[in-house]
Amino acid sequence: MSDARTEVLARVRAALGQTGSGTTPSGKVGTAPHPEPVPRAYRAAGEHAAGSAEVIEQLVDRLVDYKALVHQVTVDALPATIATLVTELSGPARGVPSAHPDSSAGVRVVVPDGLDDGWLAALPAGTDVVRDSRERPLPPSELDAVAAVVTAARVAVSETGTIVLDGEPDQGRRAVSLVPDVHLCVVRTDQVVQTVPEAVRLLGAHPERPLTWISGPSATSDIELDRVEGVHGPRTLHVLLVAGV
Amino acid sequence: MSRTFLGLPRTLRRPDDADARHGTPDEPFGPVPHPQEPLRWGDDFPAAAKQTLKNDQLRRNLGHATQVIRTKRAAVVGEVPDWEALRDTGSAVKQQVMAQLPDLLQQLEENVVARGGVVHWARDAAEANRIVADIAKVKGADEVVKVKSMATQEIGLNEALADEGIAAIETDLAELIVQLADDMPSHILVPAIHRNRSEIRDIFLARMGDAPPDLSDVPRELAMAARAHLRRKFLSAKVAVSGANFAVADTGTLAVVESEGNGRMCLTLPETLVTVMGIEKLVPTFDDLEVFLQLLPRSSTGERMNPYTSLWTGVTPGDGPQEFHLVLLDNGRTDVLADEVGRAALHCIRCSACLNVCPVYERVGGHAYGSVYPGPIGAILTPQLTASTGGVSGHHDPNASLPYASTLCGACYEVCPVKIDIPSILVDLRAREVDADRSSRGVDPWKTAMKAASWVMADGDRFALAGRAATLGSGLGGRDHAISVAPPPASGWTRSRDLPAPPRQTFRQWWAAEHTAPVEQAGTVETEGDDR
Repeated sequence: MSDARTEVLARVRAALGQTGSGTTPSGKVGTAPHPEPVPRAYRAAGEHAAGSAEVIEQLVDRLVDYKALVHQVTVDALPATIATLVTELSGPARGVPSAHPDSSAGVRVVVPDGLDDGWLAALPAGTDVVRDSRERPLPPSELDAVAAVVTAARVAVSETGTIVLDGEPDQGRRAVSLVPDVHLCVVRTDQVVQTVPEAVRLLGAHPERPLTWISGPSATSDIELDRVEGVHGPRTLHVLLVAGV
Repeated sequence: MSRTFLGLPRTLRRPDDADARHGTPDEPFGPVPHPQEPLRWGDDFPAAAKQTLKNDQLRRNLGHATQVIRTKRAAVVGEVPDWEALRDTGSAVKQQVMAQLPDLLQQLEENVVARGGVVHWARDAAEANRIVADIAKVKGADEVVKVKSMATQEIGLNEALADEGIAAIETDLAELIVQLADDMPSHILVPAIHRNRSEIRDIFLARMGDAPPDLSDVPRELAMAARAHLRRKFLSAKVAVSGANFAVADTGTLAVVESEGNGRMCLTLPETLVTVMGIEKLVPTFDDLEVFLQLLPRSSTGERMNPYTSLWTGVTPGDGPQEFHLVLLDNGRTDVLADEVGRAALHCIRCSACLNVCPVYERVGGHAYGSVYPGPIGAILTPQLTASTGGVSGHHDPNASLPYASTLCGACYEVCPVKIDIPSILVDLRAREVDADRSSRGVDPWKTAMKAASWVMADGDRFALAGRAATLGSGLGGRDHAISVAPPPASGWTRSRDLPAPPRQTFRQWWAAEHTAPVEQAGTVETEGDDR
């Protein structure tokens, strides 16, 4: 009896009719398939350019449909918008027991350490900004005690309402955008493409990066197909669409 | 494939029935099947379907669910201008994967290992379970968190881990409901669709341990109870187990597609991740994901995109699990691959669109199929996966009845995102099942009956006589003129459908009575009426 790897590969070869490979478990030797060349007649790109008014309009429509909260802002207005959204969160993190029950200490926000500091410039004094990195990661229990996370994004797809994070320093570790209950995600309008293939080709430059595709807040339809938004991931997703960067 | 066999095979009990624990009506959450083998449990399809058809609640829930998902799917598929082109590519890529499987598997292995992962190979369920249990033990974990996965259901991983003292916690909401109720999933995508909200509240209150005592049956409240319950598990778990929707050979990247965020929790927070995937789940290149990540969500949940998709490649230092194991599972797949026609069943991406359009599935539900893979895809996959233990080779295996669980209406083929020709495979499996049977039986009643019919129909007088004889049975039907229970040999027909009672007169008698006066040359009519 050979090892499992050798045997499984031999079975696969036998199933494909390669002689000298023995048989499959039920004693079969198959035939070699002759696959046709793969046709690629689908759209490799949409009809609208990345960042065009059409794709932005479509992305907003899709995000709203998913119950994400969309804020279209200029680059100059971004820090104030972030500050407003964070201020609205004052009080302990919703739904989960906070490790910092004293809400007068200000809202606790986690950011990846490569985030543009300028985005946080308007946060009210007393806001507790925690920085997270691969070198100095916060344990999950600490992340569970913060009210919100602010990240950038790599690319967005308008047709499907999808935002992709690739774990680079301005987007952070995967846990950072997962455990906190509110996610403020900053997307530049020039990062918005129309179709999935456009995004995949862009991400394919670094396929080894851990990717998280986000299309609205988490959701379940497991109970009588009644859709409930916000299960385990952040229950609130704010998308800040920034023009004119 | 010129022959179509429409009859159902005769009923028989599954061989493991004596050992199987069967649910009884006094179980708190109703009678549920408990498989000894996840790919072969309970009665064969006709008998199991007869039982599940009595469950009105199940049928109502399923009817509603399948109709809602069908409508959503049709809407989001309709808005994609190049849907058919995507299906064509998806189908061709999967054919290419099967043809190049040995090379692609080795390429995947090489790339996962290069990125710090460990690759294991498993010939069968027992070997895969052993690998996962050993990893959990080395990590000192007596509890693992799980992402919903068909492969781990197929190998009975939870039961195998329980035998080793390791608790596997299902974290998908529906899977959690099923697990807490000690039940079996009834749908690939929405496994607890046979439960309504008040049943789910009762299950949570009785079994969750930390459910709020004043829990209502509002879905949002139920979901939040699950969130609170599972968050504690996620934050402390050391080991997670997942399946994979796709594995990319040329980069070593794995993909999990989900909705609730339980997948992200499992794939991100624990220190160790074990992924169990069937060897057919490959795609050759990273770019191929652009096809399948369009096909899957729209076909499956009827969404433009599912809320969360995670892709990871081996280990990323400082981000996510620092130990990653990939288990490549055969468990009958190479037997399927060896079948020239049936191998297309391995193209399946587990979207469940075929379940939602199937008139048979909609009425009998998932449990009747006696396998973790129900519906049309299950009807072609289950018998083939169990081929080495008899699956397709005749009446001694109840799984051989599954290819008959279809009306061959073709709706499953129409919606399949990778264009698996399920009806043709069903017909092929039926033919083989009948062939296997023919050679094993001494006297073939089918052949004998056909010979007799041929003798009767070969002569006009004999046929007329037979027709008149048949009218003697006209009194047998009830008020609806249907015979529901007939003596042998007709019992073979009436076991699964009604036999219309013969009319009081034959067509010839009726014609003669109607046309005696106006038609003068009755003899001509008589001649034309001959069924030659």
